[in-house]
Amino acid sequence: MTNSPEKIKIIDLASLPIQIGKEVVIKGESIALFRLSNEDVRSVESKCPGTNGPLAEGIVSGEYVFCPLRDWKISLITGEVQKPDDGIVKTYKTEVIDGSVYITV
Amino acid sequence: MKRKLLMIGNGMAGVRCIEEILKRNKSLFEITIIGDEPYPNYNRIMLSNVLQGKTTFDEININDWNWYIENQITLLTNEKVTKISPAEKIVETEKGKMLLYDELILATGSSAFILPIPGNNLQGVIDFRTIQDTELMIDYAKKYKKAVVIGGGLLGLEAARGLIDRGMEVHVVHLLPTLMEQQLDATAAKMLKKDLEAQGMNFLMEKQTISINGTNRVEGISFSDGTSLECDLVVMAVGIRPNISLAKEAGIDANRAIIVNDIMQTSEPSIYAVGECAEHNGTTYGLVAPLYEQGIVLAEHITGNSTKGYKGSILSTQLKVSGCDLFSGGLIHEGEDMQAIIVNDQFAGLYKKVIVKDEKVVGIVLYGDASDGNRLFNMLKNETNIKEYTSASILHKSGEDAGEAFVLSMSANDTVCGCNGVTKGTIVQSILEQELTTFEHVKNCTKAGASCGKCKGMVESILAATLGDTFDPNAAKPGMCGCTALSRDEVINEIEEKGLQTPREVRIVLGFENEEGCSKCRPALNYYLRMMYPNDYQDDKSSRFVNERMEGNIQNDGSFSIVPRMYGGVTTGDELIKLGEVANKFNVPLVKVTGASRVGLYGVKKEDVPKIWKELGMRSGYAYSKSLRNVKSCVGNRFCRFGTQDSLGLGIELEKAIEMVDTPHKMKMGVTGCPRNCAEVLTKDFGVICVENGFQLYFGGNGGTAVRECDLLTTVTTEEEVVHMAKAYVQYYRETGIYGERTAPWVERTGVEVIKEVLLNKELENALVEKFNQAKSTYEEAWSQALKNQLDLYEVIRK
Repeated sequence: MTNSPEKIKIIDLASLPIQIGKEVVIKGESIALFRLSNEDVRSVESKCPGTNGPLAEGIVSGEYVFCPLRDWKISLITGEVQKPDDGIVKTYKTEVIDGSVYITV
Repeated sequence: MKRKLLMIGNGMAGVRCIEEILKRNKSLFEITIIGDEPYPNYNRIMLSNVLQGKTTFDEININDWNWYIENQITLLTNEKVTKISPAEKIVETEKGKMLLYDELILATGSSAFILPIPGNNLQGVIDFRTIQDTELMIDYAKKYKKAVVIGGGLLGLEAARGLIDRGMEVHVVHLLPTLMEQQLDATAAKMLKKDLEAQGMNFLMEKQTISINGTNRVEGISFSDGTSLECDLVVMAVGIRPNISLAKEAGIDANRAIIVNDIMQTSEPSIYAVGECAEHNGTTYGLVAPLYEQGIVLAEHITGNSTKGYKGSILSTQLKVSGCDLFSGGLIHEGEDMQAIIVNDQFAGLYKKVIVKDEKVVGIVLYGDASDGNRLFNMLKNETNIKEYTSASILHKSGEDAGEAFVLSMSANDTVCGCNGVTKGTIVQSILEQELTTFEHVKNCTKAGASCGKCKGMVESILAATLGDTFDPNAAKPGMCGCTALSRDEVINEIEEKGLQTPREVRIVLGFENEEGCSKCRPALNYYLRMMYPNDYQDDKSSRFVNERMEGNIQNDGSFSIVPRMYGGVTTGDELIKLGEVANKFNVPLVKVTGASRVGLYGVKKEDVPKIWKELGMRSGYAYSKSLRNVKSCVGNRFCRFGTQDSLGLGIELEKAIEMVDTPHKMKMGVTGCPRNCAEVLTKDFGVICVENGFQLYFGGNGGTAVRECDLLTTVTTEEEVVHMAKAYVQYYRETGIYGERTAPWVERTGVEVIKEVLLNKELENALVEKFNQAKSTYEEAWSQALKNQLDLYEVIRK
């Protein structure tokens, strides 16, 4: 068995709505994938450190997602929870190649 | 080389003292803290709020692990100290560690006093001091029914309320005839008891517990008068006992607690004590404010600054139980050479007693409204002469808030936020240095007001006093959100004037701090624009909160609930069979009759949501939306021998007329067939009471957090008029309500008479109804729409 990261093809960029998250499960990990308004594509662990809320369902503004359960604000670029709350979520390398979205897990 | 500073105890008082030391000099000491709990420092006084479900364990953290790392503090958790050797300046731990120190601070706190009675070690006998105790109580509440709390003091009552909130049946046993006898006089204690009884708390007063019964687990409890009671859980809240054995064994002087002088030094010159384990001038303290004061004195001394020394503290107390607003400070009973100013307002359910000696306040007991507590307590602490103050005022119109004058009189060291230990000085400094302008800003930067929120008014007064004319109180009030200083009305006016069409346009043209908005203003702007341009505005799914985007309520584990429409609470045998079959087929974890008279399926996996809608073939109940939820109806004259009208038919018609249209917040309506009011319509957003010759219409009620009884709007004679008026009312609320504001606060803000005047003007009523009908025509049933257009929202990609 190998644990080395793989680049996995997820979805056509065109089928990914802007500013609405998509839940992706890879290797048992639940990942929230987002297409931001500036066309940047990002993905983070879909689990808010506050209440384990599913970040894929949160409201997206700019580079931030707001946890749907307690409104914690989390950067999709660094994974950092914004003040006054604390914590960090895992971020995944996410790329668009030839119109398809790839996540490295 | 740095001196070694060691502290035993990782609680609130000790760590606060370390913070004060670091504030004064970061490089003086190499600091090690030893704690026997497995957590970093947390806010112990908030545990009762955790138990009551008002906050979570995460939210009561004061210093997280990073704080220790950032300040280069070595933290040993889960580690007990077994011996202090003052001569060698060595501390030994249970795990065999030997730690050298130059200065040692004892902050060992206290433990709950456990009654020395048979059975006190049975499973299910616990005290209420730590996160673990709280977790245990939450766990017990899930498994068992009956709890007894021994002790009717502050902690006991907070614990009892928490257990009630967790679903247990609770008896509070108290040795004395009145509750909280250390903080309240008999009158206030009686009012408190009555309020708590109304909340479902049972009391056994003047009862002495002689044994706890059971074989392994608690099964009951017996009293000295021969009576007994069955129970599954016993919480001991009869007092605390300072942890002093370590100090005593090391030869340090101690009475009830470790004796300290005015600089918190024990009989060993290099050993200090702060907090609940310290005894100063014969007094020990168990509340948080004095412990903070001690920490500051010790920090000044140990970093080589001069200090006036600790002079003892006068205590004040508040109770963290909603619905029981009380404050107590200083003396509670007037002595012979004192006078009491007593206001006992049975009309408003208020009791206020201020004890005066030599023209100065020496004691305060408030019940029913504790908002004056901090102001009076400050007069007490500052020994203000009260000659110039009005002592009691009867039936005057409420005047200006004296908040600002009060905060001006506070000194920089006075605590504003007791939960997080934030002083006025810290707040003023952050306001000036970081250019803060709103309560939200201050809360985010200093944590003042971040826990129980009682000090919000004081923080706003400090903002006003610090910023002077530049402070805009409206900016602090619930305007739009953190992105803009503009209020709801200003934003709406600008949208109209400038003809703005999309949320993005609104944010850019009106200069929102963040062009993309935030989780507050995105849904709000989406609502306002659709309300203003029903035909042209394209609803923005990405601006909708998850519940409305997914047309289902998100649950705490990320699953969803499904609540189909049952007009007026009416269903059929076939519908119920269908619901049952679907629930079984999809293994729905919970099927429940909801508070809004319908059947809900809870805990549905996201991917199953549309499948279930499809199989059910029912309409959405909009149980997740800011729109009409349901119309609660009684059966009326169809079946009831008292019914005066067809309340059920009218309820169904009303629900069909109003459903689906977005409103600023959720709405509930009710139609009841006679004045017996079985449908409880007087706490609904819109309520109808059928009478022999017509229909009484009520509005602005609420049965939630802040209960508000409806006001009477008018009486009409036909069902058509009822529906017509309901539409006008909803449209007026749609047009003037703040997004997220229920009708009850909207009515309070707008004024009952203003609303009546608008709605009872036939011309205005007709215009509102026309606009409502216009809006309604743009809405389609949510689930059938979603099944057609947005199935991919519910898909999860699996690789």
